[in-house]
Amino acid sequence: MANIGVFVCWCGSNIAQTVDVVAVAKAASEFKDVVYSVDYKYMCSSPGQNMMIDAIKQHNLDGVVIASCSPRMHESTFRSAAVLAGFNPYMVEMANLREHCSWVHDNREEATKKAIELVRMIVAKVARNAPLNKIYVPVTKRALVIGGGIAGIQAALDIANGGVEVIMVEKEPSIGGHMSQLDETFPTLDCSQCILTPRMVEVATHKNITLYAYSEVDSVEGFVGNFKVKIKRKAKCVIEELCTGCGLCTQKCPVGKKGEVMNEFEVGMAPRPAIYIPFPQAVPNIPVIDRENCTYFKTGKCGVCAKVCVAKAIDFNQKDEIVEEEVGAIIVATGYDLYPKDSYGEYGYGKFKDVISGLEFERMVSASGPTKGKVLRPSNGKPPKNVVFIKCVGSRDEKHGISYCSKICCMYTAKHAMLLHHKCPGAKAYIFYMDIRATGKGYEEFVKRAMEEEGAVYIRGRVSRIYKRKDHLVVVGADTLTGKPVEVEADLVVLATAIIAKDGADKLAQILKISYDTHNFYNEAHPKLRPVETNTAGIFLAGCCQAPKDIPDSVSQGSAAASKALALFSKKELEREPLISRVNEEFCVGCLACQPVCPYNAIEEKEIRDRKGNLIKKVAHINEGLCMGCGACAVTCRSGCIILEGFTNNQIFEQINTFENLISKFEPTPEETVAKK
Amino acid sequence: MKYAYFPGCSLHSTALEYGESTKEICRKIGIELQEIKDWNCCGATPAHQTNRYLATALPLRNIAKAEKMGMDMVIPCAACFSRSKFAQYAVEKDDEFRKKIIDAVGLPYEGKIKIKHLLQVIAEDLGLEAIKKKVIKPLTGLNVACYYGCLLVRPPEVTHFEDAEEPQIMENLVKAMGAEAVDWAFKTECCGASFAISNAEAMMRLTGRVIGDAILNDCDCIMVACPLCHANLDMRQQQINDAYGTNFNIPIFYFTELLGIACGIPLEELKIGCHLTDPFTILKAKQLC
Repeated sequence: MANIGVFVCWCGSNIAQTVDVVAVAKAASEFKDVVYSVDYKYMCSSPGQNMMIDAIKQHNLDGVVIASCSPRMHESTFRSAAVLAGFNPYMVEMANLREHCSWVHDNREEATKKAIELVRMIVAKVARNAPLNKIYVPVTKRALVIGGGIAGIQAALDIANGGVEVIMVEKEPSIGGHMSQLDETFPTLDCSQCILTPRMVEVATHKNITLYAYSEVDSVEGFVGNFKVKIKRKAKCVIEELCTGCGLCTQKCPVGKKGEVMNEFEVGMAPRPAIYIPFPQAVPNIPVIDRENCTYFKTGKCGVCAKVCVAKAIDFNQKDEIVEEEVGAIIVATGYDLYPKDSYGEYGYGKFKDVISGLEFERMVSASGPTKGKVLRPSNGKPPKNVVFIKCVGSRDEKHGISYCSKICCMYTAKHAMLLHHKCPGAKAYIFYMDIRATGKGYEEFVKRAMEEEGAVYIRGRVSRIYKRKDHLVVVGADTLTGKPVEVEADLVVLATAIIAKDGADKLAQILKISYDTHNFYNEAHPKLRPVETNTAGIFLAGCCQAPKDIPDSVSQGSAAASKALALFSKKELEREPLISRVNEEFCVGCLACQPVCPYNAIEEKEIRDRKGNLIKKVAHINEGLCMGCGACAVTCRSGCIILEGFTNNQIFEQINTFENLISKFEPTPEETVAKK
Repeated sequence: MKYAYFPGCSLHSTALEYGESTKEICRKIGIELQEIKDWNCCGATPAHQTNRYLATALPLRNIAKAEKMGMDMVIPCAACFSRSKFAQYAVEKDDEFRKKIIDAVGLPYEGKIKIKHLLQVIAEDLGLEAIKKKVIKPLTGLNVACYYGCLLVRPPEVTHFEDAEEPQIMENLVKAMGAEAVDWAFKTECCGASFAISNAEAMMRLTGRVIGDAILNDCDCIMVACPLCHANLDMRQQQINDAYGTNFNIPIFYFTELLGIACGIPLEELKIGCHLTDPFTILKAKQLC
């Protein structure tokens, strides 16, 4: 005989409007095992929780049913409150009267009936609940950061400075990401490289950070606190320990002189050799051989780099190598790509040399870029007079591009107009825009400055076509403020192409078992309250892999993700929910039919031996750390010896029986059926 | 390859040469056209300017007839193509409207056939490789500006044409004929269409801009796939010259005519003599007649 308390929540008017909560509480008071039943406006509020705690003590309850919302948000709230009352939290269960009832029905009478039955079923279950205790698993105090852009760098440094080891994996030969390609940054116009490179060097020299550049995550197994990661280190064909970074090999390499291989870092605006360091400030400052374009790998002849290398650091026989690391937390900071070049045929990107992307313009104005910081027309190498900037190329274009706003283009286009004004005196900037979204600190003032002090002409409207007329481009668009079509003769056109998810983001998500949206951006656990966590415990997000964002936001998120990881590492052991499967070893016959159905590889064979070491039998054993409590094994087990804690057969069948009794009430009796005939 | 052929009013009258060249070239390259019996006008601009039901019911009657023939429908006129595609699209999305229209048409309609422009049938169904094999007189050295106009490609969700802003189907066909396709800016701009009647000034400005840009990009002729585009571009050059002091004298061909020449069909059978702007000088210069 149990003592169960039922607490019916109004949820303001969310439930009370459609469900007669007073009637539900009254009906519940009549249920078997229920000794106390009450309704209250907000059960999740502090007085509501105290009400539950007081009732537990006063009425000597041994089971609690909260009839309110979905357990997703507040189950943990009530279970934590129960712990304060010295009550086993797993004796508290929720009946979902909101998502499963009041929000989806409008007939008050019927909804109230349904609510009563929902409560009845949960009461039947709770009467058969057993107190459970949390499981504790060890934590590997080491973090993996995937991606060495500014978000990943920030996260890695914060964790490393917190005294925890970090492994950073970067796909490219150097860390730095897109930020290292930028010239000056909005809204302060501080030099991107000047603020970034010290951080890059710090990553390389930090005693707590191991950097795997030119590497990719191959596989991830395990669970929060205990991940096993395989990292593929692509062959650089350069022995890192020997290389001094002198760069002689890159100068002597015969490839790239005719522009047959273009430098990815320069967005294809300058050639690079087959053995290369992407940019002078690269970290690590060690070249890699691009095996696809290297003459030696193509023909077996050449080897000039090996001949000139004084340190004897070139090793053509190097192979890709897999290293295994154990980590407790993973931070994903894989960044973004830009909307493909040729997708707007009417803008002639790829067809007209003088139509370039924002990132190409960024390299152009950079002092270390292919034009040494001069704005020049790619077609003839002369400075432009009129430059047209087009915003939202791909962004906010459901028909042709993507539906979302790329967030940074309004700001960097204003910055580009200023940089043009500074570096190319006399040149005029025309900016076609839809809206100006300048919502950060100092952003609005920055855009205003571009308009009022730096002479940028803003035209509100879209561009329909760009075509070539003699030596210049004609940009045809609409000025929606005057309602007239406009044509601007341009020498250079800069397209603010949209931010899209990194190529291969979906594949990495599948490796990590984290979810992603239709645009392949990674999903945060809660859009407001858990912005850097994923739904997979122990995996956190930072930067543009989650959604487009600027540098300050990426850095904030990097730090936030780091603090989440550090919080995880601050515990000796991790608490896990005890709602997992258990094997009754007395009945288990060791058939292991459960093993192949387990999606988490949590079931292994265990030998039971007597004191003398003689094998008595083999049974299935469930790894507490890996089991996620899905219950697949429990339903597969032929001898019924696996139970899922918190959802035992006894509990579930009683719930179903309670519901069946209800149905039988509505079904006609045999007599009634006969009478009808 | 059999298709239910819908010529529309123009191809029997003002665009006779388009109709004749369509028949000739289809016969030559092995596309069998079966003209829909008792077809009616697609309604064109007058219908869709006045009444949505009429604008849908008129073309749907033709489609229902084609459906009964059990063949996909081919239409050479861009405007008829557009109206027919629109009709199919309109009844697809709205069941109530569909019932009303079918009721008005009085014929069964299930929406199971495809409507294609003749360009699609030639370049996609038959294929460019097959075309190349049929070309016996390559149009070597002829620089062609391909003009799509607006109705052929837009709106993309209705016409299902490739890229509406930068289509390539005509360019690819031109290359298959052995000619050169020039790159120009106004290939999908409007010619002014039926404004030629109500507001000639507007038409002249638009058509003038199209022809001007084509000439600026060193073309020998402009190739079209629409009777109305042809009418404006071919017939109005003198009028535009008078109004703006330009000096346009550029031949305008239907793609069926150029393909016909490339496949060795005699010019008389293609009825090229119907053009107002002299087409022969350039053909002679390129030794094509």
